[in-house]
Amino acid sequence: MKNYKSLFSIAVLSLAFFGLPTLTRADEASDTGKEIEHYREMIDDPMANPGYFNVDRGEQLWQTPRGSKAVSLQTCDLGKGPGVVDGAYAELPRFFADANKVMDLEQRLLWCMKTIQGLDTGDVLSRKFASTGTTSDMEDLVAYIANKSNGMKFHLSLATAQEKEAYAVGRELFYRRSSLLDFSCATCHGEDGKRIRLQELPNLSKPGKDAQSTMGSWPAYRMSQSQTRTMQNRIFDCYRQMRMPPPDYASDGITALITYLNKQAEGGVINVPSIKR
Amino acid sequence: MSRRSNDKLHMRNLLGTCALAVAAALFQWITPVRADPPTDTIERPNTEVMARALQSIWPNPKDGWEKRIKQDDTQSSCSRYRNDPPSEEAKVITERETARIVLPAGGKVLGDWKKGEKIASNGRGGQFSDPPGTENGGNCYACHQLAKSEVAYGTLGPSLTNYGKDRGFSLDAAKAAYAKIFDSEATFACSNMPRFGVHGFLSEQQIKDVVAFLFDKESPVNK
Repeated sequence: MKNYKSLFSIAVLSLAFFGLPTLTRADEASDTGKEIEHYREMIDDPMANPGYFNVDRGEQLWQTPRGSKAVSLQTCDLGKGPGVVDGAYAELPRFFADANKVMDLEQRLLWCMKTIQGLDTGDVLSRKFASTGTTSDMEDLVAYIANKSNGMKFHLSLATAQEKEAYAVGRELFYRRSSLLDFSCATCHGEDGKRIRLQELPNLSKPGKDAQSTMGSWPAYRMSQSQTRTMQNRIFDCYRQMRMPPPDYASDGITALITYLNKQAEGGVINVPSIKR
Repeated sequence: MSRRSNDKLHMRNLLGTCALAVAAALFQWITPVRADPPTDTIERPNTEVMARALQSIWPNPKDGWEKRIKQDDTQSSCSRYRNDPPSEEAKVITERETARIVLPAGGKVLGDWKKGEKIASNGRGGQFSDPPGTENGGNCYACHQLAKSEVAYGTLGPSLTNYGKDRGFSLDAAKAAYAKIFDSEATFACSNMPRFGVHGFLSEQQIKDVVAFLFDKESPVNK
């Protein structure tokens, strides 16, 4: 299974990088649209999208008894009742009374591992981002659970004071400039139709199409990394480029930022795992 | 049917429609549809709430990195006004930032354009993923068009093609460019462009090299 995946990655990457050897960079830029269309077709094909390996492993993990209590995660409440996976991702982050805080999917999974399974999450956290030869339980579980919201629309009600506060904190973080280059999220994601080099940038400062298609396409299989990555990983990488210290995984502040972003994506249809550069 | 009775019918229809609309409005008023709160009425968090959020994201920055989390006066102001400060505040920012500019001794602002071109293409330095000792780049191409031959340019900033040529290769314009790279916010309050000199991200020599890339007659920027 693993070998098949590696072979596949090599094939796809070869296609992407060597498939059109006679074209100039300008031609490649104009072909980006076609390439994206091609990936879009692959996304919907479980045989062509390596992210579905994560989905399958995640489903197994969800059902596997683990931890000191030797139980599965199948009684974990992701917001729609114990064990309900369908549509849960579309309404996260949300306030959980049992934990008395707003949690995104990754934060909630860690909470369920600790409280329901009695699992020492140290090992899980040490593999929060998969690398060559090491899978990530978090990436697998998120791929499985988010995939169970496919075809559904983001809807964050922000009905509680805690959810409103998380949204407000996330919006504040989005505009917060700091560090050696004075960057905030808004530096790159505050205007329509901008690019870094040839990479198109979604405008996440307003609700609508850009935010919907962006948030609705994570988790994503990233060809450049040959791994399926989650929104936590994407934000980790943004802060790296912003010259900030590594943000703490599944922290309340990152959940707040995700709350803001997912609210900007309100009404956006989820289709994951997607395939990205 | 006479024209008169047609008008009457029309009037009755109109009245009927009005009555229906009033009824619908009343019904809505009596049993309001439970809508999500509009997000623009959600108040901004106080400093205590923000401090807690920042503490959760960066609980233990390694030595020397904690200052990257704190904001200076200008970062704080531009964040508060979401990069659109009122004119009085913009004036405060540009005056404060102007005072931070340090021009090279003797006013010599032109370095080696070939080195400047490399700095303009280099996006490394200062990231937690960079090995210690990594040289910082200006990464100008991330946001600006420069040499016409380089098609992989970003569009967050204006095109700088023919920058020196369009300014008659004037020394004063080159000095102004040095100042802008050193501290963009002295000219434009809350500019998106990093203050490369203020933060010491680029050295004096590196900024001179970038200015030469913009102003040298041999530079591909002006070809």
